[in-house]
Amino acid sequence: MSARAGPEPSPFGDERAAGSPAPTAAAGVGEPLVQVRDLVKHFPITRGIVIRRKIGAVRAVDGVSLEVQRGETLGIVGETGCGKSTTARLIVRLLDATAGEVRFDGEDITTVKGARLKAVRREMQMIFQDPYSSLNPRKTVGSIIGEPFAVHGLERDKAGRKRAVQELMETVGLNPEHYNRYPHEFSGGQRQRIGVARALALKPKLLIADEPVSALDVSIQAQVLNLLRDLQRQFGLTVVFIAHDLSVVRHMCDRVAVMYLGKIVEIGSGDALYGFPRHPYTGALLSAVPVADPDAPKRERGLLTGDVPSPANPPSACRFHTRCPKAQALCSEQEPMLEDKGSGTRVACHYPLTREEVAEIGVRSAR
Amino acid sequence: MSVAPHQPLLRVEDLHVEFSTEDGVVHAVDGITYQVERGRTLGIVGESGSGKTVASMTTLGLTRSQGAQISGRILFEGRDLVALSDGELRAIRGNEIAMIFQDPLSSLHPFYKVGYQLIEAIRAHRDVTKAQARARAVELLGLVGIPDPSRRVDDYPHEFSGGMRQRAMIAMGLANEPKLLIADEPTTALDVTVQAQILALLERLQRELGMAIVIITHDLGVVAEMADDVAVMYAGRIVETAPAEIVFGGPEHPYTWGLLKSIPTLGGSREDDLVPIPGTPPSLINRPSGCHFHPRCPYAQPDHARIDPPLQAVPGEPTHHVACLLEADVRRRLWAELRAGRLPDEALAAAGLPGEPS
Repeated sequence: MSARAGPEPSPFGDERAAGSPAPTAAAGVGEPLVQVRDLVKHFPITRGIVIRRKIGAVRAVDGVSLEVQRGETLGIVGETGCGKSTTARLIVRLLDATAGEVRFDGEDITTVKGARLKAVRREMQMIFQDPYSSLNPRKTVGSIIGEPFAVHGLERDKAGRKRAVQELMETVGLNPEHYNRYPHEFSGGQRQRIGVARALALKPKLLIADEPVSALDVSIQAQVLNLLRDLQRQFGLTVVFIAHDLSVVRHMCDRVAVMYLGKIVEIGSGDALYGFPRHPYTGALLSAVPVADPDAPKRERGLLTGDVPSPANPPSACRFHTRCPKAQALCSEQEPMLEDKGSGTRVACHYPLTREEVAEIGVRSAR
Repeated sequence: MSVAPHQPLLRVEDLHVEFSTEDGVVHAVDGITYQVERGRTLGIVGESGSGKTVASMTTLGLTRSQGAQISGRILFEGRDLVALSDGELRAIRGNEIAMIFQDPLSSLHPFYKVGYQLIEAIRAHRDVTKAQARARAVELLGLVGIPDPSRRVDDYPHEFSGGMRQRAMIAMGLANEPKLLIADEPTTALDVTVQAQILALLERLQRELGMAIVIITHDLGVVAEMADDVAVMYAGRIVETAPAEIVFGGPEHPYTWGLLKSIPTLGGSREDDLVPIPGTPPSLINRPSGCHFHPRCPYAQPDHARIDPPLQAVPGEPTHHVACLLEADVRRRLWAELRAGRLPDEALAAAGLPGEPS
């Protein structure tokens, strides 16, 4: 595969205020590839079969703003149901937003349709979690990886398409001779490589990886993570990496956003966020990760109690206040905004963690 | 808290489990031996298809109906479970030995209330009235930390969250105060914060009830936090077993090294690339010759494809057993190099071994 000229690396440390008005200038190198502003997605809850009445809404994503710089990897972490996958699907327009704006390469794509949408989608591709259900079992690997060419009317001549597909297979570490095999003939890790090859076929600018390794065995997981990192370096890809495994996200991502019940509670560089988490939820997540070191202090730590509340009826003001060990009256009255609290991350919390508290709850990545 | 350690609670001796299929004989478990002392926790680590689940299900006789060929002995307090009749085994299963499964949603019956299923588990082994069993069910749900247990006992499984379902499964496992709890990937389907709650719960219950736990997982972090002893399985065999501090501090099997070097760590540097184990786990029908790990082992020597290594005590470490054909001092040099961040090729050169021409 011929390497596309990678974009200029952008300074990742630059924590731009995602909440401030966007520069409306045309696409330029210094501009983020993706700008998401106040994104909202509510799924209606209906009752009745013949006459469907809307009786409520699941507020899956409820006011998310973030930016993805060119060439960086942004990680989104959070527990099941926090809205991380919905956010990703909104960015690539697999779902339509209820409100808010997604700008890609300077263009507002929140409501684009038809041919324009198809053109935009060529620039962004997705890798899915389950390598078993995301590949059509009746198609050969060659036609699965070649499908994006067919959809977009590229590489029309048969021999040329085969050559392009085989180059892709080589790039992701598959044997090009296996062009005519079916997905069931491959192992889980190889299937995930097929998914990666398919995503790379159109040379996208943005790659969204939704839990790409959580279905794989430990030894295979590392192979796929290394592949993704190599490809990113090789092609200068911008990546949004969604995962629930905080160690994997630490390894893969320049910046990390932590989501809770449809909102970002903390966002910043990986070093800052893991080294000195300020939001009590970030702290609780990090202290809950089991560490492969039996000498580490045993868990007497800041365990969260209870379950995540329903996103159909989230708590008022700060959504974490019902489970937060530091919650006070203000937390249920006034919603905290994402703000810089002087440690390199922006955090939505009235009473952010101090260094002593981070040490107390046993965050192993703390510096 | 352990009583007379000369007779372990559970001792598995040379257990083999094979399944005949159209494609050939699957050697799921291939001669494993281990023991679990009262009140202790054994962690069994391995990837999918390493035989860890089959071995544990066989302990409870759950593979019998699937046409498994079982040989070897499973001694529970001195009684051989392999030789027991189905009826005798049924009196032990759920009573003295209980098991909790990975997926709490598919392990609970969706049509019956959680309380009903708990009462059923209690009354299967105890001669108590329904009212007494129900009181016990409420008590158990409270013990595992379900809020408002007297109301939630009448909920259906779908009304519980994932973490609560797993707690309900644990409550069911504990219903008859087993001496041994087998937990098969108990937290794999759960989020980290819920996982931490469930692991803390298991540790607390173990302290309070003094039961032994066998925890089966692929997550080395979970093993490090929970287990006293660790057995690493590969292709149906135990390839390394030792107390947890030794497995993590001074592992001797190349597969264990591979597992430890292929997981990203929270505090690790982003610059370090992960060192994956090359290749994929072998088929259990056509297993590699010699050492089953040799096709994926960066340190394999030509004769390792012929010789099948037995599980042997490491010189000077009576509690540490490993099945590897490399010399003990070579293994230690290799691990020292790997631990210092060298890649397998560099470690090979430093240890003075010829690289495998592959």
